[in-house]
Amino acid sequence: MARVLARSPIGRCCPHAPDPSPRPSEAAPRLEIPKPVSTVRSRSARRAVPALLAGAALALTACGTGDTGSGDAGSGGEPQSGGTLTFAVGSDAGCVDPQQVGSNDTIYSVRQLVDSLTDQDPETGEIVPWLAESWEVSDDATSFTFHLREGVTFSDGSPLTAQVVKDNFDAVPNLGALAGLARGYLTGYTGTTVVDELTAQVTFGTPNVQFLQATSTHSLGLVSSASAALPAAERCSAGIVGSGPFTLAEYVQNQSITLDRRDGYDWGSSRWADGEARLDSVVFRIVPEAGVRTGSLQSGQVDAIGSVGQADEAALSGAGIELQVRANPGVVFGITFNNARPQFADAAVRQAISLAVDRQEIVDAVFPTGTLPATSVLSSTTPGYTDLSDGLTTDADRAVELLDETGWAPGGDGIREKDGVRLTLEVLWAPVAGTNQPALELLQQQLRAIGVEVTLREQPIAQLLPTLQAGEFDGAWGNVTRADPDILRGSYSTQLANLYRLPAGELDELLTAQAAAADPAERADLVAQAQELLVEEAFTIPVVELQTTLGVSPAVHELEFDASSRLQLHDTWIS
Amino acid sequence: MGRYLARRLAQAIVVLWAAYTVSFLILDALPGDPVTAMASAGLDGGQVDPAELAAIRAEYGYDDPLVVRYLTNLGNAVTGDLGNSVATNRPVAETLGAALPPTLQLTAVALLLAVALGSAVALLATYTRRRWLRQLLLSLPGLGVAVPTFWVGLMLVQLLSFQLRLFPAFGNEGAATLVLPALTLAIPTGALVAQVLAKSLLTALDEPYVQTARAKGAGRVRIHLAHALRNASLPALTVVGLLAGQLLASAVVVETVFSRDGIGRVTASAVGAQDLPMVQGVVVLGALVFVLVNLLVDLVYPLLDRRIVVAGRRRSLA
Repeated sequence: MARVLARSPIGRCCPHAPDPSPRPSEAAPRLEIPKPVSTVRSRSARRAVPALLAGAALALTACGTGDTGSGDAGSGGEPQSGGTLTFAVGSDAGCVDPQQVGSNDTIYSVRQLVDSLTDQDPETGEIVPWLAESWEVSDDATSFTFHLREGVTFSDGSPLTAQVVKDNFDAVPNLGALAGLARGYLTGYTGTTVVDELTAQVTFGTPNVQFLQATSTHSLGLVSSASAALPAAERCSAGIVGSGPFTLAEYVQNQSITLDRRDGYDWGSSRWADGEARLDSVVFRIVPEAGVRTGSLQSGQVDAIGSVGQADEAALSGAGIELQVRANPGVVFGITFNNARPQFADAAVRQAISLAVDRQEIVDAVFPTGTLPATSVLSSTTPGYTDLSDGLTTDADRAVELLDETGWAPGGDGIREKDGVRLTLEVLWAPVAGTNQPALELLQQQLRAIGVEVTLREQPIAQLLPTLQAGEFDGAWGNVTRADPDILRGSYSTQLANLYRLPAGELDELLTAQAAAADPAERADLVAQAQELLVEEAFTIPVVELQTTLGVSPAVHELEFDASSRLQLHDTWIS
Repeated sequence: MGRYLARRLAQAIVVLWAAYTVSFLILDALPGDPVTAMASAGLDGGQVDPAELAAIRAEYGYDDPLVVRYLTNLGNAVTGDLGNSVATNRPVAETLGAALPPTLQLTAVALLLAVALGSAVALLATYTRRRWLRQLLLSLPGLGVAVPTFWVGLMLVQLLSFQLRLFPAFGNEGAATLVLPALTLAIPTGALVAQVLAKSLLTALDEPYVQTARAKGAGRVRIHLAHALRNASLPALTVVGLLAGQLLASAVVVETVFSRDGIGRVTASAVGAQDLPMVQGVVVLGALVFVLVNLLVDLVYPLLDRRIVVAGRRRSLA
């Protein structure tokens, strides 16, 4: 079924390895935001709501084995065309322009409206053809030439040409506040040259290896030239014209996003089946309350739901519902120190804290089934991930030894002190995932056992950034989803925002070098070294991978995760 | 009557102005910065270019002094321009206008249900001569007020939608989607109506005019409905006016549980996203609804009790 891959001729596209480049200079570590997972049923809708709304970003993911797959689990049979898939998600970002949306719940739907220049294989991380049949990357990773497929049209009838690519990328920097992801991918963008009708050359002022992977994301999905020319707000509310397998039929704010199949579609990613999408239409219903999503799926009012929490699992599996899980690529959930605080500037203290964390216990107690404990700073589904589980073991005895050696001695209440200062770690966090608080409370207990006091400071997601920028924190809890290891540079390079006040050093060199390493093997090596250094020095304490968990009715088949653990619905069908 | 109305309208305008001003000052004093919130929203907490922040701040006028912003915004608000949402960049008035009809529909149905249920319970409780039934009925309102709205909603949806599959669990379309949320909203509201009405009915039934009516040979039903209810309904009517505000507040919960669009959902999103212009818009809209409903209630009083009109006239003549 799947079309044979037209391998890109010039194989600069990286195979497994990490994609290049750094997120631009502003790539700060984005604390991400899982969607509320097991929200709070008992705690009332009132509290769940803000979390839902805030939560956009994340997807929950899970398991390292890659794609566990499509909903067809063996049942299967021949794929059928037709029917409507109803999918309940928790929130509405208020915007239906893929280039301006960062929330998973909305990405699921608007992703289907646009095609991208490239696609990324979720298993291998390899970049494969989609709208671009092939591409070349210059040796210094500053210039990317894409050879477009012929015969692609947008749903307004206009053809895909190199000029459209240029119109899209030229417009991104002016899209404004909501388009942070897309703008980040294009940092250093100096322009696109229309080489000929179907050849576009995108150039950057500095090496930008990550850009190739970025072209596979929804954020750089292509809209028609007419849509690219519209003001950002209008694109948000009225939607855009794309060339994707579905078109936007209707968007009712806070209610639903309805997609219809695009007739005549025949230019899908090289990973998909040929031809048009199988479903006639897809309706995304916005259902903020987790319990209502679960019940609606059980009672057959919807066919699939997002953001399934641990609390809902039993009810769903009892009803014969399949849980589909995948770990989100990117930086895992963990605590990153404010390395400028004197007590945490000492590597031994950070290492002791890391040794005291029992990751498996946290995973078992709090997270949905299938979630993996962190085995690196990057999650196991991230291209360039290196398994460092040997460096992330639990050894409370060794932790105590380390702290004793550094002179932090237990005080009256068991909390360690040195020169009259208590060893307190105030962790900044946002209530955007239902799992955050219980996970942190468990961490609190684990660290107390070695004499480290953890206090939790909850802030609305919108407040986190200013607090991080001001440096008014000891540690911060969060993650970032991105299927490219360049996210490490965004989070930990001292040459960018450096919100966590890391000391300049060898790590910077590694992160800068990988951003310019057009050779995939070389880049993979640099990225591996960077991960090792981060874990060794314990600048950050990786704890748990974020898992995206979907509940899918047995009648739904081939509902697939893409490389970023979001959805691809072209091949999906209903029996 | 004309002067009475004019005076009430003037009062209403003062209330609106006060609501606007107080909410403006409170929102301004809150820690946090809507511009940073907006700019980092699309990034999931990512980094924002300071130059860009400054540009957005200037665009929305957040860099002007407080007094200038207040006067500018107030001037715009008077003309119906409540500014743009920082989360969606769309006009606040437009968003609220779109969200108002479903909420009005929901609250109107809920209010009707509440009045019907509440009156029925109160009338039955005061009419019956069976002590146990009276006790039972009189304890229902307390229960109705005490149970959290979201819990009632989840129980109703669990039972009537997931188990019995009688009504859809979510959505705005069609009358069927209105049943569960309206019922959820009507329970605490109806309970209050029942409490107040039952109490004033009991008081009214002890009044001398009831004795007179009884002495004249009027039947129990007639005394109850024609004499006592008419007088006892005044306090209940006042409560209904006050409940309009409560209904709007409960809509936040009910619209979330039942995935309905409306003012409640807009409020929840606005608070979550620190969308201050939108929050302010909601406050002003809430004040407006409150003022209108109470004005309406004031105008209904005279229909129930002619003495109120006479008093009003006398005063206006004086």
